[in-house]
Amino acid sequence: MNNRAEIMNDMAVHLKAPAHIPDRELQRFLDQVFDKYGYDFRNYSHASLRRRLRHRLMLSGIDDFGDLEAKTLKNRQFFNTILLDLSITTTEMFRDPAFFMAFRDEVVPVLKTYPSFKIWQAGCSTGQETYSLAILLQEEGILDRGLIYATDFNATALEQARRGVYPTELIKQYAAQFHRAGGKGPFSQYFTSRYDSVLMDKSLRRNIVFSEHNLATDGVFSEVQIVICRNVLIYFNRTLQDRALSIFHQSLGRRGFLCLGAKESLLLSSHRRDFEVVRENERIFRKKTG
Amino acid sequence: MKESLEKKRGKGTHKSLLPPGIQKDIQADAIVIGASAGGLRAIGLILSSLPASFPLPILVAQHIHPDMNSLSVTLMQEKCQIQVQEGIDKEPINAGVAYLAPPNYHLLVECDRTLSLSVDERVNFARPSIDVLFESASEVFESRLIGIVLTGANKDGAEGLKFIKANGGTAIVQDPNTAEYDAMPKAALEATSVDFVLPLEKIAPALLTVVGQRRQA
Ligand SMILES: C[S@@+](CC[C@H](N)C(=O)[O-])C[C@H]1O[C@@H](n2cnc3c(N)ncnc32)[C@H](O)[C@@H]1O
Repeated sequence: MNNRAEIMNDMAVHLKAPAHIPDRELQRFLDQVFDKYGYDFRNYSHASLRRRLRHRLMLSGIDDFGDLEAKTLKNRQFFNTILLDLSITTTEMFRDPAFFMAFRDEVVPVLKTYPSFKIWQAGCSTGQETYSLAILLQEEGILDRGLIYATDFNATALEQARRGVYPTELIKQYAAQFHRAGGKGPFSQYFTSRYDSVLMDKSLRRNIVFSEHNLATDGVFSEVQIVICRNVLIYFNRTLQDRALSIFHQSLGRRGFLCLGAKESLLLSSHRRDFEVVRENERIFRKKTG
Repeated sequence: MKESLEKKRGKGTHKSLLPPGIQKDIQADAIVIGASAGGLRAIGLILSSLPASFPLPILVAQHIHPDMNSLSVTLMQEKCQIQVQEGIDKEPINAGVAYLAPPNYHLLVECDRTLSLSVDERVNFARPSIDVLFESASEVFESRLIGIVLTGANKDGAEGLKFIKANGGTAIVQDPNTAEYDAMPKAALEATSVDFVLPLEKIAPALLTVVGQRRQA
């Protein structure tokens, strides 16, 4: 990533004017991408999209946004690159440990009263969040009763998630966050180490189903007791946020829980009255009855 | 105070006096500020020198440890007359309010002048990154943006300030000699031609001059 930033800095030196992408052109590009490939980015945060596309312009040495558009529409492989550019997969294990702690305190006790339960984790990226959840449920002794549907629209990320292999250099940070999230025993019991990577334990994988689902174009997934969707809605505009929240609301069974990212809120959405707040700061909500 | 403004033209050349009338073409709808090491104090000094009626929104990217949380917002608000708050995703940007990027999130500006947060990878090892804020604000406000780079021990903000200049905006850099850490102001001065190089305590008065003039115009 650092390399990439440096390359971009170097290239920026040679640019006469900044690659400025007018909103009109961006919208046309997104329309065409949707028509041609069926991926709908039209209601994503344009500021974020523009930043990614500007980087791609610089990296591929294309000066004109119109040329990038033409290449994207003509060349499927190049579109795949763009697709990866536009899907931000940064993630961690036990990101925001306070959330997992709150989940333990508020949600797990309810889950323990169910003979079986389903969790839908939308936007699972490369799987770190999913394995974190599985570890937590295992610790609480209820993983066997649960089924985790982990979905994302990025097939490449899902493939990595299924593999469950992560660089060893990240484990120290993950372990620290695991303990801050209330994790007890040694973190190392959940994976086997290889040279420079670790492989997540098979027992965690048993109750996870990774599959493709696009929150912008697909519908209700399945009836579940819990929806977890963190750090995805910030990439959407209000329209798309509302669409996703509708799907979550419909998917949730009676008194189901909805968990969002630390800076995502229901406050501005049309769904704020459908949920009650369980934990304000940790963004845990619960579907109201009726 | 006009006399005290320093104008820098071209790379590395400082001109000591602001030519009369230089401010006439500064028209701004927003201000972006970037700071790193030593920044909380520097930002606090600027924001606390602005009146409650300050007519522009101010967007701030301060490198901060993720665990610091919203503490800095509370501390800052206590000292300031203008409203200080954490930037909230998809909230409209209002004049007279300073929005601080939350720790561990980039802060961006949408075309409809609302805010967006993102967890994109770090840029210049930083999240929030000053470059990210500056570039996205520049695309929206174009020439009507003032970018300010303050103290810091890295080079975040330099590319962003260059972008602001290329879009016709105004660039202010804290005089490296008065900065707690001079690397960041120096990197900004290296990267682009800057309109004003000012000691910290002169920055708020300069903003008031520019904005005051705009209101009379
Ligand atoms: C920043 S990551 C968050 C990962 C994880 N939830 C976390 O908080 O650490 C955002 C994820 O959302 C996914 N995403 C973006 N748009 C989506 C969509 N329309 N449908 C499903 N997933 C999407 C991206 O592919 C990416 O993996």
